Amino acid sequence: MVKRPELLPGTLDLLILKTLARAPLHGYGIALSIKRLSEDVLTVEEGSLYPALQRLLLQGWVKAEWRKTETNRRARYYTLTASGRKQLGLERSQFDQIIAAIGRVLEST
Amino acid sequence: MEAVRRMFRKLWFVARRERFDSELGEEMAFHREQMEKEHRTDGLTPESAHYAAARQFGNATRLQERSHEMIAFQFETVLKDLRYALRQLRKNPGFTATAILILGLGIGASTAIFSAVNPILFEPLPYPHAGRIMMIWEKRADGGPSHPNFATYVGLRERNRSFDAIGAMKPWQPTMTGPAEPERFEGQRVSAAYFRVLGVSPALGRDLQASDDQFHGPNVVILSDTLWRRRFGGERMIVGRQVTLDDNIFTIIGVMPRAFENVLAPSAEIWAPLQYDPSLPPDSREWGHHLRMVGRLQPGVSQNEATSELDVILQTLAKIYAKGYAGSGGPSSGFIVTSLQDDVTRGVKPALLAVLGAVALLLVIACVNVTNLVLARGVQRRGEFAVRAALGAGQTRMVRQLLTESLLLAAVGGALGMIVAQWGVRGLVALSPPGLPRAAAIGVNAPVFAFGLVVSTVVGLAFGLIPALPAARIDPQRDLQQGSRHTTAGHRVTRSALVVTEVALALVLLVSAGLLLRSLHHLFAVDVGFDSSHLLTMQVQESGRRYDKDSDRLRFFEQALEAVRRAPGVSSAGFTSQLPLSGDFDVYGIQFEKDNNGKDDDREGALRYAVTPGYLETMRIPIRRGRLLDAHDTAGAPKVVLINQSLASRKFPGQEPVGKRVCVRCDVGPNRPWATIVGVVSDVRQVSLEASDVDAVYLPTTQWYWADEELSLVVRTRGDATALAPAIRKAIWSVDKDQPIVRIATMDRLVAVSAAERHFALIIFEAFALVGLVLAATGIYGVLAGSVSERMRELAVRSALGASRGNILALVVRQGMTLAGLGVVIGLSGAVLASQAIAALLFGISRLDPITYLGVIALLMGVSVVACWIPAWRAARVDPAITLRAE
Repeated sequence: MVKRPELLPGTLDLLILKTLARAPLHGYGIALSIKRLSEDVLTVEEGSLYPALQRLLLQGWVKAEWRKTETNRRARYYTLTASGRKQLGLERSQFDQIIAAIGRVLEST
Repeated sequence: MEAVRRMFRKLWFVARRERFDSELGEEMAFHREQMEKEHRTDGLTPESAHYAAARQFGNATRLQERSHEMIAFQFETVLKDLRYALRQLRKNPGFTATAILILGLGIGASTAIFSAVNPILFEPLPYPHAGRIMMIWEKRADGGPSHPNFATYVGLRERNRSFDAIGAMKPWQPTMTGPAEPERFEGQRVSAAYFRVLGVSPALGRDLQASDDQFHGPNVVILSDTLWRRRFGGERMIVGRQVTLDDNIFTIIGVMPRAFENVLAPSAEIWAPLQYDPSLPPDSREWGHHLRMVGRLQPGVSQNEATSELDVILQTLAKIYAKGYAGSGGPSSGFIVTSLQDDVTRGVKPALLAVLGAVALLLVIACVNVTNLVLARGVQRRGEFAVRAALGAGQTRMVRQLLTESLLLAAVGGALGMIVAQWGVRGLVALSPPGLPRAAAIGVNAPVFAFGLVVSTVVGLAFGLIPALPAARIDPQRDLQQGSRHTTAGHRVTRSALVVTEVALALVLLVSAGLLLRSLHHLFAVDVGFDSSHLLTMQVQESGRRYDKDSDRLRFFEQALEAVRRAPGVSSAGFTSQLPLSGDFDVYGIQFEKDNNGKDDDREGALRYAVTPGYLETMRIPIRRGRLLDAHDTAGAPKVVLINQSLASRKFPGQEPVGKRVCVRCDVGPNRPWATIVGVVSDVRQVSLEASDVDAVYLPTTQWYWADEELSLVVRTRGDATALAPAIRKAIWSVDKDQPIVRIATMDRLVAVSAAERHFALIIFEAFALVGLVLAATGIYGVLAGSVSERMRELAVRSALGASRGNILALVVRQGMTLAGLGVVIGLSGAVLASQAIAALLFGISRLDPITYLGVIALLMGVSVVACWIPAWRAARVDPAITLRAE
């Protein structure tokens, strides 16, 4: 079995929020979108996706509603809320800081 | 704020749990289908696409569970925590039993006290808009309240605009005769609006109407539910039935509802209209200050507005009825309007608040004690927590475990507490002072149960959190390495601080109890003005038509007295119109003849005692000057009067009062019924043990304007006073068997009852203080014992280096006594504050009474020394060879 690179801990929420910032999506759509945009590098395990979505719902950062897909199937769409958008900004800047910090450490000679 | 919102969201999810499950299932099914589709487009067969998707998706049930954990309250882990807590508590039965016992006592005591205090102090009275019901008292010159008379009541009722309705009432004790045995009822004569003021109407029949409350109006009565059921079998056709009361026929017009609680006269079972004479003839009973007035304020009218309106009306009334007011001691200076709730609870409020404070202190002591126990156990459990932390238990997880344990303890303690409360309430009601209002409403009911629940939870959180927080900061490496031998300094400081708190709180309770105890001693040492031992008292009432004439009345009492005096065991006896310390209070206006300067004296009020010869002698009220009343002071003889010492020394300083003239309840005009002062007697405590120096006059029953219907008999007995009661009753009934005899009590009993409220507070304070003392002592003991076993090594080294047993003993005792001393110092300031709260209950001593404070400090220190001694002794016996080798 090929070992896929793992997500950095704590980044799943950030990725979901970012994905939903562009358009409301269902769970499968979120996983698919992350996979495609990362060019198959990042795979979201379904085992962590749904608990993560519940967590975000609980925090009030996303909300969920049932809608019809293009193929006329019922699916649960997640939408970013205003406080979710704020959280995204916050996590984004934290993430940037950490990446920059890691970069500085790695590039030091 | 955000946390609260999240909490609600979580609750919302949990409430919609099933919906959540099905939605999640559907969502995941959709996900799997999409993956299957994807695999199919990648070229897999439908079957293998299905398996691939399923494999990739993983364990659906596990996934669902994990999503669940996100939203649920983790019921399962709570159950796990509970099971673990139970196991822990069972493993240590000594600790568990002690903690539960202490908590049970603390929670039980506070719940019981709350149940007694709640209906009196906190719950509104059981009437609609009870806050608008006011008592209206006339204001005496000294600012105190006095009973209104009928004239003032009628005047206010007709003229005021502040009240929806005003009612007046007085006690009434009719005797019912008929085919069954005669029975005397407690009842009230009330004006027509009485029940309207309270906002309650009869369940059967009709309310009183204005036409009932007329002079010589119809004889109608309303029954209480209990009387209706007891005497009339709950017969629904009761309205219209006739009964004979005091030889008169009365028609029953209504029955009050079962839930009706008559706080103004809790024992009253029967009500009849007042039926006074509205023409207000001067010198009539209409001018006697013996009524009570209750009114229902108009919505929006304040107490102050009402009071000032009534005060203005009184000025008008005083002008219109100048003659009537003059004969009754002059109009009062105004009115006092207080809410019915305050009025009813005023007497017991200080005692109840003090008791409530005491139980709060006790509860805190109990909590502190249990906290200390839990902390001590925490030291022993460090290893266990270190293992758990090392195995990955998070900080919150451990705090939750500890909280679960303490809440479980509190819950069991609370359950025990509710049982304790059941017993406690019974004890409280049995102990309660006779004037305790709403005693029937006291019991373990829903609000009390809720209180117990809240207290248990708060207590559980309190003694759970304090030990849990340091436990959460566990360093597994350090703790595992060093085992449980060492403890952090912070831990010991916390425990010591708790012990200091305990000692301080116990001191507060002890000082309060001590002050109350000394007050009670002072109170019972008060010179009541008579000799209360071997005195039997009872009230003899005349009822029925046969005593309509004053002379017949007087003859009956005379004959009854003769019969009583002949009874064996009686050494003397006499009648009086009012009996000291019995609740009687009968004041009339008095006026002295023009003094030496020729100016008219002020009118004032004095207690009037109409007495038969022999009363003062029987009471052994000392005579100061002149003579007592005797058989020669008859109706036809010159009018004579005795005055008491305080009146004599105030009116006649340095003069001879005997021979001066005074008129009691005198009319304005030339022909005043002057009476000559023939003697001066000592002051007697009439109202209560603490109230002194009320002016009083004594005059012969035969020389008063009318013959009183009720006189109190006092009998001095040779032997036990109680034992003689049946013989004396028989003697009176030998004269007329139909006359009710009530209020039989020894004088000693009346004296004791008049201090009942303080006695009640004292018993509770004593019990609480004792428990507090024991808990504080065990607290000191526990901390020292713990500290000694922790310091075993150090002590062994010390003794190996040459410290004597005495040195080590002193070392440990000093450690304990430092804590006790610190607690005492802190407690003293608390005690000074607390003594302010019970100041109203103190008598004859300062609230800073040095004897009490010193005594309590000595007691507390003594007990502390004992508590220190045992661990110290153990420490002194440490054998360095064994201890050090064991290391």
